[in-house]
Amino acid sequence: MARYGGVDFYQTDSLFSEEERQIRDHVRDWVEERYLPIVERAYEEGYFPADVIPEVAGMGLLGATLPEKYGCAGVSNTAYGLAMQELERGDSGLRSFVSVQGALVMYPIFTYGSEEQRVKWLPRLASGEAIGCFGLTEPDHGSDPGSMITRAVRKGTPGAAGSGYILNGAKMWITNGTVADVAVVWAQLRDEATGRDQVHGFLVEKGMKGYSAPEQKHKHSLRASVTSELILQDVFVPEENRLPEARGLKAPLSCLTQARYGIAWGVVGAAQACFHAAKQYAGVRVMFGRPIGAFQMVQERLAIMLTEITKAQLLCVQLGRLKDAGQATPEQVSLAKRNNCEIALDIAREARDILGANGITSEYPVMRHMCNLESVKTYEGTHNIHTLVLGEAITGISAFR
Amino acid sequence: MIQVVCVKQVADTETRVRVAADGRNLDPAGVTWILSPYDEIAVEQALLIRDKQAPGEVVVVSVGGPGVQSTLRNALAMGADRAIHLKTETIGPDPLQVARALAEELRGAGAELVWFGKQAADDDQAQVGPMVAELLGLPCVTMAAGFALDGGKATVEREIEGGREVVEVTLPAAITTEKGLNDPRYASLKGIMAAKRKPIEEKPARLGEPALEVVALELPPPRGAGKVVGQGVEAVSVLVRLLREEAKVI
Repeated sequence: MARYGGVDFYQTDSLFSEEERQIRDHVRDWVEERYLPIVERAYEEGYFPADVIPEVAGMGLLGATLPEKYGCAGVSNTAYGLAMQELERGDSGLRSFVSVQGALVMYPIFTYGSEEQRVKWLPRLASGEAIGCFGLTEPDHGSDPGSMITRAVRKGTPGAAGSGYILNGAKMWITNGTVADVAVVWAQLRDEATGRDQVHGFLVEKGMKGYSAPEQKHKHSLRASVTSELILQDVFVPEENRLPEARGLKAPLSCLTQARYGIAWGVVGAAQACFHAAKQYAGVRVMFGRPIGAFQMVQERLAIMLTEITKAQLLCVQLGRLKDAGQATPEQVSLAKRNNCEIALDIAREARDILGANGITSEYPVMRHMCNLESVKTYEGTHNIHTLVLGEAITGISAFR
Repeated sequence: MIQVVCVKQVADTETRVRVAADGRNLDPAGVTWILSPYDEIAVEQALLIRDKQAPGEVVVVSVGGPGVQSTLRNALAMGADRAIHLKTETIGPDPLQVARALAEELRGAGAELVWFGKQAADDDQAQVGPMVAELLGLPCVTMAAGFALDGGKATVEREIEGGREVVEVTLPAAITTEKGLNDPRYASLKGIMAAKRKPIEEKPARLGEPALEVVALELPPPRGAGKVVGQGVEAVSVLVRLLREEAKVI
C-alpha cells in the first residue's frame, strides 16, 4: 500500500501554522511506525497495548493544551485536534485513551481542582506515570446523567481533620477504568443549606477501600481499549479529594464538550484511513478486466467519501480556530461531533463494501474502524442527543429537559 | 561541551521524484522535504551526549535555500539549542563547496564534536563529513555504529565487512553516523512549540567556486510488463531457459 499522506483535497494544510503541521506529521509518523504494526493483534486479542503509554506521554500528547507549568505541552486546540485526527487514524481506542486522560481527567482537575490537586496530579498524568478515568455514565443512566443515583454523603464536620464523604453507586462504560490510578467520579451530594441535590466531582484513588473497577469484556467494538465498570461501596473519600469548583451537572458536561471536540477531529482520521484503503484497493482490484475503481458505482462512492471528509475537515478547522479564540460554543462542538461521527461511520461501511470480502479481514483497517465508530457515534453524547442539542439551539425549546 | 551537527534537507525518501525540465536537477514540485535520516541519527547522538554526559550546547548547521529552515526547526524540535542557516540560492552538487562553507563556519566555533550523517539520503555522496574534517585538520571517524565518550577521547565502533572495528579518537573530532547507533526520538509537542522560540542565525554561505557539475540526471527506465511463461512443472524449464537466454540473469 502506498505511503499514507492524509487526505487534503481543499488545501486545508494552508490553514495551519508550521508548528501545527509539524505536530500533525510527527504524530502521523509515530502512528505509522509504532502503532499500526501492533494494533491489529491488540484488537483481535482484546487488550490495550499499554507499552505505548510512555511514548504517547513522551510526545506530550496527554493534556496537550494545558499549561507547561504542570508538565503539559501548552499547544493550540487546533494542534491538539490534528494530533487526535492522527491518533484515531491509528485506532479509536488509542484516541479514546488520550481523550479520556486529557479532556476528562486532566481538564476537570485543572479547571475545577484546587492548586494542591493540580500540582499533585497533573504532572503525573501528563507523564503517563498515572492513568485516569472519568465516571459519569451509570448502568441505567446514560443520556440523562442528571438522574444518576451515585451518591456522596458527608462524614465528619467540614474542615475538621478526617472529614470527607462516603460514596455509593456504580458507573459503567468507563474507558481506562481498570487501569486507572485516579477516577474522576461524579455523584449527587445534598446541599445542606438548600436541601437540594447537586452533582459534585470526587477524585477516587486506586486502592481506596470499597472501590473496584472490573473490566467489561465481550465487546465487538473498541477492542484495543479498556472499558470498565466502577463499583463504589461505602468508599471514604477525604475532603481534599473533592473538586472544589465543580458544582452541578454543567461541570461534567463541560468536560464532555472538551472530549467531543477531540472526537470531532479524531473520527476524520478514521474516515481518512478508510478512504485511503478503499482508494488503493479500487485501483488494484481487477474485475471484468478493469480495476473496480473504473466502475461508476465505485467512483461515486469514492467521490461521496472525499466530499464528506473535506466538509468534515473544514468544520474542524473553523471549530479549532473558534476554540483557540475562546469562542466555540458547546452547540458548535455538538454539530461537529454529530456530523463527523456519522460520516466517518458511513465512510467506514462504504469502504468495507468496496473491499468486498477482503474488507472483513484484519489485512485492512476498515472493519476495525467501522466497529470502533459504532461506539464513537454513541459515546460522549449519542447522535440523537446531539440532534436535540441542535434542535434546542435552533428553536429555543428543549426536547428533553 | 559544544557539539555541532551538520544536517542536510533532502526529499522524503518515500517521495516519487521527477527530473526537472533541465535534465540536471530534481523537480521540487510536490516534494516533501525532510531532515536526512542519517543526519537525524547524528542529531540524536549529540542530544544524548548533551543530556546524559557532557552538558553544553548542540548547534545544528545547514547549507541551502530558504526552505532549509523547516528542517532546522525539526532538529530544534528534537532538542537542539540553536541553528545556523548558511544561505545560498544556488547550491550546486559539488560536496567540496558545501564542506568549505561548513568549515568556514566551524573554524573557531570551539566544537569538540562535529557530527554528520554518514551520507545524504539523496545523492549518497558521503563526502562532506570527511572533507570538513580535512579542511579543519580534525580526525574523522566514519560510519559510527557505537559511540562512547571518555573525557577527551571517544571510542567509536564501526561496522565493517564481516565484523566490527573499534577505534579510539582524540577530541576534537568529526564523526559520521551509521544506522543502528541510536533510535532517533520523535519530537515532542513541547519540543515543537519550544523550537519556535529558538534562534536560527542566517549567514551567507561561503561556497567558493564549484569544480564539479551534474551533466545529466536520469530516473531508472520504467519496468517492462511481466510475462507468464506457462503453468506447472513444464513452465520451470522454460522459465530457466528464458532467465538465462533472454533476461541473462543466471
